Amino acid sequence: MRLKFSAVLFASLASLSAHAQTEIHFWHSMTAVNGEWVNDLAKGFNASQTKYKVIPTFKGVYDESLTAAMAAFRSGNAPHILQVFEVGTATMMASRKAIVPVGEVMKNAGVKFDPNAYIPAVAGYYTGANGQMLSFPFNSSTTVFYYNKDAFKAAGLDPNAPPKTWIEVAQAAAKLKASGHQCPLTIAWQSWTQLESFSAWHNVEFASKNNGFGGLDARMKVNSPLHVRHIENLANMAKQGLFVYKGRTSVPEPTFISGECAMITTSSGFYGNAKKNAKFDFGLSTLPYYPDVPGAPQNTVIGGASLWVMAGKKPEEYKGVAEFFNYVSSPEVQSESHKRTGYLPITMAAFELTEKSGYYKENPGTDVAPTQMIRKTTDKSRGIRLGNYVQIRTIEDEELEQVWAGKKTAKEALDAIVSRGNELIERFEKANSKN
Amino acid sequence: MVERRPLLTAFTHLVLILGVIVVAFPLYLTFVASTQTSQAIVQTPMPLLPGDQLVENYTAALTGTGGGAGAKTPVGRMMVVSLISALIISLGKIAISLLSAFAIVYFRFPYRMFFFWMIFITLMLPVEVRIGPTYKVVADLGMLDTYAGLTIPLIASATATFLFRQFFLTVPEELLEAARMDGAGPIRFFKDVLLPLSATSIAALFVIQFIYGWNQYLWPLLVTTNENMYPVVIGIKRMISGGDSEMQWNIVMATAMLAMVPPALVVILMQKWFVKGLVDTEK
Amino acid sequence: MEKRVVFRSSWLPWALIAPQVVVITLFFFWPAAQALVQSLQQSDAFGTSVEWVGFENFVNLWNDATYLASFYTTAVFSVSVAVVGLTLSLLLAVFADRVVKGALAYRTLLIWPYAVAPAVAGVLWLFMFAPSVGVVSYTLRKLGFEWNHLLNGNHAMTLVVMAAVWKQISYNFLFFLAGLQSIPKSLIEAAAIDGARPWRRFWTIVFPMLSPTTFFLLVINIVYAFFDTFAIIDSATQGGPGKDTVILVYKVYYDGFKAMDLGGSAAQSVILMVIVVALTVIQFRFVEKKVNY
Repeated sequence: MRLKFSAVLFASLASLSAHAQTEIHFWHSMTAVNGEWVNDLAKGFNASQTKYKVIPTFKGVYDESLTAAMAAFRSGNAPHILQVFEVGTATMMASRKAIVPVGEVMKNAGVKFDPNAYIPAVAGYYTGANGQMLSFPFNSSTTVFYYNKDAFKAAGLDPNAPPKTWIEVAQAAAKLKASGHQCPLTIAWQSWTQLESFSAWHNVEFASKNNGFGGLDARMKVNSPLHVRHIENLANMAKQGLFVYKGRTSVPEPTFISGECAMITTSSGFYGNAKKNAKFDFGLSTLPYYPDVPGAPQNTVIGGASLWVMAGKKPEEYKGVAEFFNYVSSPEVQSESHKRTGYLPITMAAFELTEKSGYYKENPGTDVAPTQMIRKTTDKSRGIRLGNYVQIRTIEDEELEQVWAGKKTAKEALDAIVSRGNELIERFEKANSKN
Repeated sequence: MVERRPLLTAFTHLVLILGVIVVAFPLYLTFVASTQTSQAIVQTPMPLLPGDQLVENYTAALTGTGGGAGAKTPVGRMMVVSLISALIISLGKIAISLLSAFAIVYFRFPYRMFFFWMIFITLMLPVEVRIGPTYKVVADLGMLDTYAGLTIPLIASATATFLFRQFFLTVPEELLEAARMDGAGPIRFFKDVLLPLSATSIAALFVIQFIYGWNQYLWPLLVTTNENMYPVVIGIKRMISGGDSEMQWNIVMATAMLAMVPPALVVILMQKWFVKGLVDTEK
Repeated sequence: MEKRVVFRSSWLPWALIAPQVVVITLFFFWPAAQALVQSLQQSDAFGTSVEWVGFENFVNLWNDATYLASFYTTAVFSVSVAVVGLTLSLLLAVFADRVVKGALAYRTLLIWPYAVAPAVAGVLWLFMFAPSVGVVSYTLRKLGFEWNHLLNGNHAMTLVVMAAVWKQISYNFLFFLAGLQSIPKSLIEAAAIDGARPWRRFWTIVFPMLSPTTFFLLVINIVYAFFDTFAIIDSATQGGPGKDTVILVYKVYYDGFKAMDLGGSAAQSVILMVIVVALTVIQFRFVEKKVNY
């Protein structure tokens, strides 16, 4: 207690003496334990040098903080650093005058910066057509497959041989169902896991123009024969009770923890939650695929958020931002963050450091997500960058629900996603093509 | 009670008990969740009787030993911010609404109905469409990170004005005639006659507006950049994990219960006053 | 309804009304005017490039079949919320008004939910109705009722109506109770002496005397259902399944706030405002005449 007190005293004295520090405002959306992580990052950085002070502020969940930043920018009160979710990437990019690309910030500040040090499938998502990094990858996760080992045992399946392909998933589901499981398989984040990651994993286009990386005039292509085949397959599983729909986004996750659903495809970030609360043994595996598709499996698509640097600040402040990013991406800090939060490491060095520390051996399954990502990406698997994508994700949810309810065929629903989605993309293209 | 009807009385209690069960169930559930371990809550079915973690959870929520980021921010400070803003908002709303309703009902002046409609129509401007432009006004006036910025934009109240107008219309005309015969001017009539008569409406509105002020979330989040100016609702919200990561439901629920206490106290305490006021006016 | 006797003063009414008018002009009308302007524009999120597009945002809405469908959804939703909410709270208030023993306890328990912040209320409902793990959905399934608001539109609508009514019921109750208690007991006693039974007394005396309160609550509830329910829908169904619970204001909120389509969202709110103003004028013209003060 006394030690703590003197530390506080020291800290307040230090802040008194260092009033000339340049303040860097950092708006984030990290709640609960992850919020604590962000505060600790800032604390660590502030303690590592004396010139800059990063002040993290929780500004509500992703859409709320983005709205706050928009309002603040319009009246000249924007923060230096803003955390934006991945589906907002196109929105941020299109607002050229409101942001400064991270690559430029680093270059101007003279901070050593090698884009090749970053894991391609993570950094690629946030890299512009000219190879310049636009935003700083911060908290990224990807889509993986979880299964209940106890349920596998009870159904006579090998708990150490998770299904790798969709055919095997269907077979395992049938066995689980036969052993009395009401919900063999469920799917969280359906648009992310079954359309976005599915496309990248099979190296097929999600949208034209390299999934939108090549320009605003991209158009959706998720009604390809492979997509139709997959959604049809899932619809059939739903009809037989092998796949049970449990809701949008992360809503289905508790049904895995409670043991009701034996398999789930969802975010790698779900690991900590499952580990803490599930009362059974579970395992992780890569996202299932169709082995007859050439090029599969490729890599999966990330989710999460990145840090954007807002325009209109002083050069001195940008220097502080660059120093902070440099600190956050150092292998030690990265590896620590990766272990603590379950988010992906963003540099190869951090991944290797974590591996060396024996962490993956102690926590089997935690390496599934990084290994899905450390491959060289293709134009079709780098990520998704479409305008109005928040709305398009909702359209995907709406239409897929029609399939699971048996109201539409897979082909009808996917066609509808393409036509409704393209309308939104066209509108975005029109609103943003002028700058 | 007008007459004795035992059967009807029994039925009355039955209906009320059913009503209470349905209406209060979610709250009961919050309480139960706040007395469990975090593992117990995520099981199916969740326990429906209070667990044995009451002391642990509430201590954790208050001292910030277990709830992650949310609990480690000073809950006490947040409660003070909530309290001050809620009081300014509720009292401010009542004051300006009483005055404008008085003007609209008891005076004839040009554009009177225009003003009434102008106030009334503000009920129909969804906050989220004008939140950006409203923020700009507040920023231009230099009211970011101040109590003024937190409260004044929320003080206009069509609801309260409308309610006072409705109430004033039911006040017997004879009262005004009598007051005028005594030579009372508008200010005295307002102070000596109208204000005492409105006590119950004011009490009811105070309850409603206090809670409205206490429960603000989005607006404080926008106009403050200083975490010292955050009200307690933001504190709860930031404990609720948005995505896949684990969350301590028990601590969240305990904090939610704690944050509910001041507004609930207002409701309960004001209720007594409120009932008394009603009995008084009946004399 | 007007007062026959009024005060006369050339300046006082202006002074009295001034604070309210200043606040609403500054924080309501000026921002709303900006929203109107936005409905004629398309711009990027940060307002660095703005283009005038005339009525294109409106034309886009007109061509959007799902937008038109949400009018029907909104009608079903608001009527249900207003009717169910008012009926239930009036029922509870009438009974609570009768009770002598334990009245305070009942009132306290019925009013308490009002203290719950909407941000927390949404979480609570999700908590109770989460697919199969939620307490209520679990119980329903054990009772043999296959509750599935994830794929069944009617279930989803029922869920959001229930949640919306729940949040508003204490408010309605508070007002009905105040209204009931302000009815002179002598009136009711007189009727009782004349031999009128409770049921008849309610319809001939109590209900007409309550009409100003009922009218007030009707307006408030319709406005509530139209404007203040997006948070509930967002946390309970997110508009699904399909678009079965997408009401107009949810779409405004969603497009403007989550999807950053400011022009489209502003156009929708203009339409919404026009509708509600029209509705309110109708209510005032036709309903208020019948209201007994």
